Amino acid sequence: MKILVLVNHVPDTETKVKVGADGKSIDPAGVNYMLNPYDEFGVEGALRTKQAFGGEVVVVSLGGDANKETLRKSLAMGCDKAILLKDDTVRDSFAVAKSLADYANEYGAEIIFCGKQSIDHDNSQVGGLVAELLGWPSISVVVKLEIKDGNIVAEREIEGGHEIVHAKLPAVIMAQKGLNEPRYPSLKGIMDAKRKPIEEKPASSADVRVEVSAMRKPPAKTSGKIVGTDGSAAAELVRLLHEEAKVI
Amino acid sequence: MSVLPKNKMKILAFAEQRNGQFKKVAFEVVKAAKTIADQMNAEVVALVVGNNIASIAGQLGGYGASKVIVVEDSKLELYSTTAYSKVIAEIAATESAEVILLPASAMGKDVGPRISVKLNAGLAVDCTALNANGGTITATRPVYAGKGMVDVTIKTQTKIFSLRPNVFTAGNSSAATAAVETKKVELSDTDFSAVVKEVKQSSGKKDVAEADIIVSGGRGLKGPEHFKMIEDLAGSLNAAVGASRAVVDAGWRPHDEQVGQTGKTVSPSLYVAVAISGAVQHLAGMSSSKYIVAINKDKDAPIFTVADYGIVGDAFEVVPAVTAEIKKLLGK
Repeated sequence: MKILVLVNHVPDTETKVKVGADGKSIDPAGVNYMLNPYDEFGVEGALRTKQAFGGEVVVVSLGGDANKETLRKSLAMGCDKAILLKDDTVRDSFAVAKSLADYANEYGAEIIFCGKQSIDHDNSQVGGLVAELLGWPSISVVVKLEIKDGNIVAEREIEGGHEIVHAKLPAVIMAQKGLNEPRYPSLKGIMDAKRKPIEEKPASSADVRVEVSAMRKPPAKTSGKIVGTDGSAAAELVRLLHEEAKVI
Repeated sequence: MSVLPKNKMKILAFAEQRNGQFKKVAFEVVKAAKTIADQMNAEVVALVVGNNIASIAGQLGGYGASKVIVVEDSKLELYSTTAYSKVIAEIAATESAEVILLPASAMGKDVGPRISVKLNAGLAVDCTALNANGGTITATRPVYAGKGMVDVTIKTQTKIFSLRPNVFTAGNSSAATAAVETKKVELSDTDFSAVVKEVKQSSGKKDVAEADIIVSGGRGLKGPEHFKMIEDLAGSLNAAVGASRAVVDAGWRPHDEQVGQTGKTVSPSLYVAVAISGAVQHLAGMSSSKYIVAINKDKDAPIFTVADYGIVGDAFEVVPAVTAEIKKLLGK
């Protein structure tokens, strides 16, 4: 099976956001970048699919040279080949998805994995956009996946429960935490990854549909009132919530 | 030269229902559409999709819809990403809606990208504010799980925004009524290439993404068995139970309860953090709550920097006392 996994290179979760000089994006100084954690579940899902059906796993990322670190990690986990769709400009979700979908066509992918969202701009769009551009079904926020004879049965998280979704290959699977436990790259995997190719290709272009005009920090919370230091403060706390905050 | 009455611009509000009942966010979306419509001299057309739902459609008039379109089909009883996106895109096109508002719910987030491709429309997801002054809609949305906020504008003719639940206020229903119109959208088997066959509800459990009050527990509770105390407090407030990443990773609680980056970002009116120190990832996911209560024995815990009210004390003693006081107040 030709398995494609889409990965993004994002600031790690420890990052404290500082707005950059352009006033529209974060200041990257001192920020550590990593494989988007939801995409990591996608990589693992792709590798398990290969274990079950054979074939190869190609990992693709759109961005600058820095993304090679994330591609290298995906290779170390076990992906066979990496593609960097080279582009240093700021893109919206559609422009990213268009280029990824074009590559998926070119490669002839039979299933695509990605994370349910990137933890930078939290758009949760790319997987659905790629699927629609390809005319494929998609399943988002997937926590359970079974593939048999080209039929997919997946479980996706919704508010207060789960949906059991049926679809057929080819399809896009957007992974949620819980789908699997991503493997750690083995020492051998890390060594092998150094020899595996990262092929660079130009990213196809698309017009900007959504433009960021400004970025700022959310309004700072001011520290509130310490009501007490033990259970005897409970009555006062409840009174404040009822009479002052009026939330209960 | 005769002057023809110009048709008003239309805003399509997708009103999500499940099991024949509107989700709370459906009213929020219709009301937000009405607010934007008033700023742009536009009108609100609401859309309800499902099976046996015509009887509830009229409710949307009270939140500002001048017309409600109902698309009913037994095949639409359960959600299908492909079929629902076809229906919404087709109705948006036949109504010539220039703006489409969706909920940023599991359904709205799933269907949004697909509609945006069908309509060549830009999509801004999970918006927490919309402003149409001056004729251009500027949306505000959180990024980096709420550590930052961005203002975005959409450059395409048709524009889609999805709205974070619990942020826009629906208010009370007015006496206004809406015309209800049933429309048919032709659906073939190929339109159901991804389809929900079954919904498994977590029994009686409230979801953190939708709850008005959340009580969350962290590692300071020392073990999963002590979440009973959190459940009791949540029960007294009719609240959802949340959890920090540490306790989810430890396997004490299911992932769907996790609040924060790599979990859910929430904005309830009251968030009670018990024995949670407040890692940057957790704070990102809950600091936009209207009121925050922290109960933690470490007075230097970062959670106190965002809390409106705090008790620096032992959760094992404080939480049962708070539960008892709430029961007393609410007469339970």
